[in-house]
Amino acid sequence: MNNDIKFSRYNFDVVVIGAGGAGLRAAVEARQAGLRVAIICKSLFGKAHTVMAEGGAAAAMGNVNDNDGWEVHFRDTMRGGKFLNNWRMAELHAKESPDRIWELETWGALFDRTKDGRISQRNFGGHEYPRLAHVGDRTGLELIRTMQQKIVAMQQADAKEHGDAEKYLKVFAELTVTEILKDGEKVSGCYGYWRESGDEVLFEAPAVVLATGGIGKSFKITSNSWEGTGDGHALALRAGSALVDMEFVQFHPTGMVWPPSVRGILVTESVRGDGGVLTNSEGKRFMFNYIPEVFKDKYAENEAEADRWYEDQNNNRRPPELLPRDEVARAINSEVKAGRGSPRGGVYLDVSKRLPADEIKRRLPSMWHQFKELADVDITEQPMEVGPTCHYVMGGVKVDPDTAAAYEVPGLFAAGEVAGGMHGSNRLGGNSLSDLLVFGRRAGVGAAEYVRKHSSIRPSVSDKEIARAHNHLNEPFTRNGSENPYALHDELQNVTQDLVGIIRNERELSTALVRLDSIRNRAAQVKASGGRAFNPGFHLALDLENMLLVSESIARSALARKESRGGHTRDDFPKMDPNWRHTNHLSKWSGSQIEVEADKSEMLPSELIEVFEMDELKKYYTEAELAKDGN
Amino acid sequence: MSRKVNLRIWRGDAKEGKLEDVSVEANEGEVVLDVIHRVQGTQMPDLAVRWNCKAGKCGSCSVEINGKPRLACMTRMNTFADDETITVTPLRAFPVIRDLVADVSFNYRKAMEVPSFAPPEDLKPGEYRMAQVDVERSQEFRKCIECFLCQDTCHVIRDHEENKRSFAGPRFFIRIAELDMHPLDRLRNRKQKAQEEHGLGMCNITKCCTEVCPEHIQITDNAIIPMKERVVDVKYDPIQWLGSRIRKREGIS
Repeated sequence: MNNDIKFSRYNFDVVVIGAGGAGLRAAVEARQAGLRVAIICKSLFGKAHTVMAEGGAAAAMGNVNDNDGWEVHFRDTMRGGKFLNNWRMAELHAKESPDRIWELETWGALFDRTKDGRISQRNFGGHEYPRLAHVGDRTGLELIRTMQQKIVAMQQADAKEHGDAEKYLKVFAELTVTEILKDGEKVSGCYGYWRESGDEVLFEAPAVVLATGGIGKSFKITSNSWEGTGDGHALALRAGSALVDMEFVQFHPTGMVWPPSVRGILVTESVRGDGGVLTNSEGKRFMFNYIPEVFKDKYAENEAEADRWYEDQNNNRRPPELLPRDEVARAINSEVKAGRGSPRGGVYLDVSKRLPADEIKRRLPSMWHQFKELADVDITEQPMEVGPTCHYVMGGVKVDPDTAAAYEVPGLFAAGEVAGGMHGSNRLGGNSLSDLLVFGRRAGVGAAEYVRKHSSIRPSVSDKEIARAHNHLNEPFTRNGSENPYALHDELQNVTQDLVGIIRNERELSTALVRLDSIRNRAAQVKASGGRAFNPGFHLALDLENMLLVSESIARSALARKESRGGHTRDDFPKMDPNWRHTNHLSKWSGSQIEVEADKSEMLPSELIEVFEMDELKKYYTEAELAKDGN
Repeated sequence: MSRKVNLRIWRGDAKEGKLEDVSVEANEGEVVLDVIHRVQGTQMPDLAVRWNCKAGKCGSCSVEINGKPRLACMTRMNTFADDETITVTPLRAFPVIRDLVADVSFNYRKAMEVPSFAPPEDLKPGEYRMAQVDVERSQEFRKCIECFLCQDTCHVIRDHEENKRSFAGPRFFIRIAELDMHPLDRLRNRKQKAQEEHGLGMCNITKCCTEVCPEHIQITDNAIIPMKERVVDVKYDPIQWLGSRIRKREGIS
């Protein structure tokens, strides 16, 4: 026993790290399987980044256009990800999303309705039919609140039945996990500290679900909150698992540009889904010039056709403003670089000419509010100024598609943004909220089955593991250095933004790696002052390590991929190359640096190949791949 | 366009604390939270402040600015005079944890006391049909970002710790109203419970909660008053009272 280390000890069957959509959905499922579950929130319960999702959750319910179905959703998802997606994840996602949405209604969610009283669905980039279940432009809030309230409902039921609301399901708010613990190969729990008291906490559990979200805070301009520091990505790396496809980072095309303090805050894609158009400083709708070859036959060629689409979607093609996000972000980037941007370095997004003021306020209430209060812009009368912002990481923990089990670490699971594979090289808008629900649930099932199967021997946590976790947690206090964590974070964000951003090349990526290495050395000199309790400087010192691991993983994977695809654009290799399609990059942590190795992705099975036209597949797959399948 | 501003920030913990003056740069377009972050980065690295989205969507950065409950991320610096000292303190109705961070666990305990959505047993997932106009009333309340500013400002508990046990507060009155107005909720006695168990009667409709709501939810007019009116109807109308006894309904509709 470590007599000199003070910590509180908890014992659960499943510990879920992260209380956004994926974490809460996993917890609900694991509890329903009869297990004792801990939910760990980095912030207060109900504040996770899911709350900021605006547009909606994609699910082929076919409520608005009954031509929709899972095959179409699957097809759109693969196209959006430029066929790099793990096809099995994309298939499960497309098939199960409708059930996950309908289930939320039984827990109290109130989505916007169609005229016949069903869940309304809106258009979004890359989705062939109106597909996004939504609540105005605050869908994420509805999702997280619904699941938060579902957790409360389950606790109330437990209180009634067992006399203790927290007997099976306990929420730990404002607690940060810094270490995954292992007993040999297997997960035995995790370790961290409560921010409120600064006290250290040990969780003993045979299964841990990572649901920690994204990495946006590694970049300067981002839509992500302070929580998005890649904690789960880093925990998985250090526990010996691997990250897949980390070069693919989504820059959402429309973040706020002005004033500087709100730069990066998201402007929902629904603005474009509901008719908003993008123009440059010359007043031109420039997106018509940026329709890539692979999408030529799916998008309108001119404004007249694009405008007709809003009225008649069956006989017209979609406006190019609704291309997948990577295409739109690159187009905006090019316009600004060519000197056709707004004075503050963005482009214009205007919905005021398409919809009456009342309708804008009804459909986009939080956008109206956000621009009015933070930028003095009335979007019912004026255009918004927008530019790309780091929004989402497609890469993440390599998982088994069906069970969400993490690569090579028995007992570790991952779901939501922290997991990789589902979205390939680029995620479609609306596919994140549905991803959280589908794979959150699957992680809950996967963890529960794992715990059942291994119930005869519980892994144990050794004193050595506790000492290791304790020492690591307290390093920022025990060091002798004098580096300021805020200044280092700033430097890190500049390196990633400038050298690992939307457009990359070998020279800049190599420079980034050198600079990241120097920041890592200096980060080892970060000294925290004060105590552990609610000390943001100390906390940032811990987050900084995670962001460094993630940034290095992104930079190394990006350097290795010598082509452009989705959320990875190289100006020294500007074309997408079918010979790269079957390569995924695995990032592993050697103890001193990230090592990237190539991993071969599987070919689509024949029943899924049939969902596509052969002409389209030829754009993505090599002849050899297609021939092998007998086509 | 940067200028120096003077802040007075409360620093301390549950045991003791005091206001500390600090001078810091503020740039065009910034909000109070930006300036607090600059203080953290340059002068007080361990200054505790709670925040998440910085876009008015998560309700984490609730503090009191010059004594008024506000979201620090939605309070523009240009709303203050150049020479004005801006005082930032933690939410007064709740115990302080450290600096600007208050212990809001009261609200999570109250959330546990509100009976949850009771789904219709005869409808399977996917079979729910509701008209937009019918869900809109509840949707207004579901805009709530749980910043708890309404709870903080409510004079029933702001300076009356003793009332906390029997009073759920405006946040949970709109939660009850939301469920009460949900077209498919099957629990019939929500308003009565609000009155009898959650302290609805203690509210004397001063509308302070509505005034501070960053989501502009009409807490008083659309939730509290309609519930109070209906409770009064039922309580004092002998025919309704008799009806409810005869039909042996759990409560009121």
